Amino acid sequence: MDIEKYIASGVLEQYVAGTLSERENLEVQKNAMAYPEIQEEIASIEQAVLKITKAASPGLSPHSFDALKKELGGVIPFEPDTKKKQMPWFNYLGWAASLLFAVGLLWMYVKNDQLKSQFEVVSEEKDALQDQILEIRNNVTLTEALLNELRNQNVAVVSLAGQTASPNAYAKAYWNKEEGKVFIDAQGLPTPPTGYDYQVWSLKLNPLTPTSIGLLEDFTENEKRVFELANPNGSEAFGITLEPEGGSESPTLEQLYTLGAVGP
Amino acid sequence: MNLDTLIHKFQKKDVAAFEQLHSMYAENILGVINTIIQNPERSEEICQDVFVKIWDKASNYNPSKGRFFTWILNIARNAAIDELRSKSHKNWKKNLATNYFVGNLEEHDDMDSKMDVIGLRKLLKGLKEKCTELIELLYFKGYTQKEAAEQLNIPIGTIKTRNRSCISQIRENMKV
Repeated sequence: MDIEKYIASGVLEQYVAGTLSERENLEVQKNAMAYPEIQEEIASIEQAVLKITKAASPGLSPHSFDALKKELGGVIPFEPDTKKKQMPWFNYLGWAASLLFAVGLLWMYVKNDQLKSQFEVVSEEKDALQDQILEIRNNVTLTEALLNELRNQNVAVVSLAGQTASPNAYAKAYWNKEEGKVFIDAQGLPTPPTGYDYQVWSLKLNPLTPTSIGLLEDFTENEKRVFELANPNGSEAFGITLEPEGGSESPTLEQLYTLGAVGP
Repeated sequence: MNLDTLIHKFQKKDVAAFEQLHSMYAENILGVINTIIQNPERSEEICQDVFVKIWDKASNYNPSKGRFFTWILNIARNAAIDELRSKSHKNWKKNLATNYFVGNLEEHDDMDSKMDVIGLRKLLKGLKEKCTELIELLYFKGYTQKEAAEQLNIPIGTIKTRNRSCISQIRENMKV
C-alpha cells in the first residue's frame, strides 16, 4: 500500500469530518491500526479541526461542568453497574419462579382431576368384574349342587323319548323317590311357542292315570334347562306335553312330546 | 492517560473521565453550535444538552464508527440544526448556508465578541474564501461532500483534494 498516496487522497480529512460511509470508515480504521503514519496523520488533522472549532467558540462559562454534573443520570462513581444490573435480574427470576410455580400448580390440579376420574372408571370396572366373578361362583355352586343331586344313588334315571308331536325331542328325568323330587333335564326339548308351557305328568299305567307334577316354568330363562319338581307319587312313567300357558287339568295327548317308563 | 482509556472509562460512567473529555472538547462543541445558530447564550444551553446526551448515549459510541470527537461533533451539529429548524422554520437551510463566520470575520469588533477572532484569523491566514467556506460546511455544519459541492458550485471530485489542501494550510498556520 502506498501510504503517502493514501494520505494525500484526502480520505483521512473526510474520516475526521464524518462524511464517509460506514464501510469506508471501517477501512480507514483498519489502515490506521496497521500503519502508525496514518494514525498520526488522523490525529494531526483532528488537531487542526479542534483548533479552529475552539477558536470559533464564544467562550464557555467557567463552571459549566458543575452545572452539567447535576443533570447527569446514573452516576455511580465506585463499582459501576454491577449491583444495579443484578437487582432486576433477581426480580425477574422471582417473577419467573412464581409464574412457573402457578403453572405447575394448575398442571398438577388438572392432572389430579384426570387421575381421579380414571380411578373412578377403573374401580367401576373392578366392581363389575367382582360381580361377574360372584355370579360365576354362584353358578358353579349351583351346578355342583345339581350334579350332586343327580349323582345321588337313590336317584332313578328315566329317559323320555320323542313322540309323534315331536319325534326328535328327548328329555331325562332324575327321580329321587326318598326325597320325593324329580329333576327334569329338558335340554332336548324345543323352545315352546309363546302362550304355551311344557307340563310334566306322572303316570300310572294300569289303568292309565296321569297326575300333573308341574310346569317347566321360565323355560328360556333357565339356561341349564334343568327343572326341579316335587313328585310324591308312585310314578311308573313320565310324560311331557305342551299345554296352554298355566297348564291343563288333564294332558293333551296330541301334544305329547316325550314319554318314558320308570325302569324296574 | 491516553484517549482510548479515557473513553473506555467514560463509557463505564466514570464522571471524572467525562469531566476530562468535557474540558477537552466543550469549547469546540460550543464553537460549532454557535457557528450554526449564532446565539452564544442559547448555544451554551444546547452545548449543555449535548453533553448530557453524550453521557446518556455513552454506550452507543463505537470506535469502528470513527473518532470520538467526530461522534460528539455530529451530535452537536444535529442538536444545533434542530434548534435552527425550530426557530427559523422555512429559512433555516438558507440561513445555515449563507452565514459564514469566515466572511464576517473582518467585520467582527474584537471588543464585543468573546470569540477568538485573532486566533481564527491566524489559523485561516492565506486561505481562500472557497477554502474557509468548505471547512465550515464540512466540519462545522455537517454537510456531506455532495451537499458541499452543490453549495459551492464545484465538482464533487474536487471536494476531497481541496479539503485536504485547506486543512494542510491550517496545519501550516498552526506551526507559526
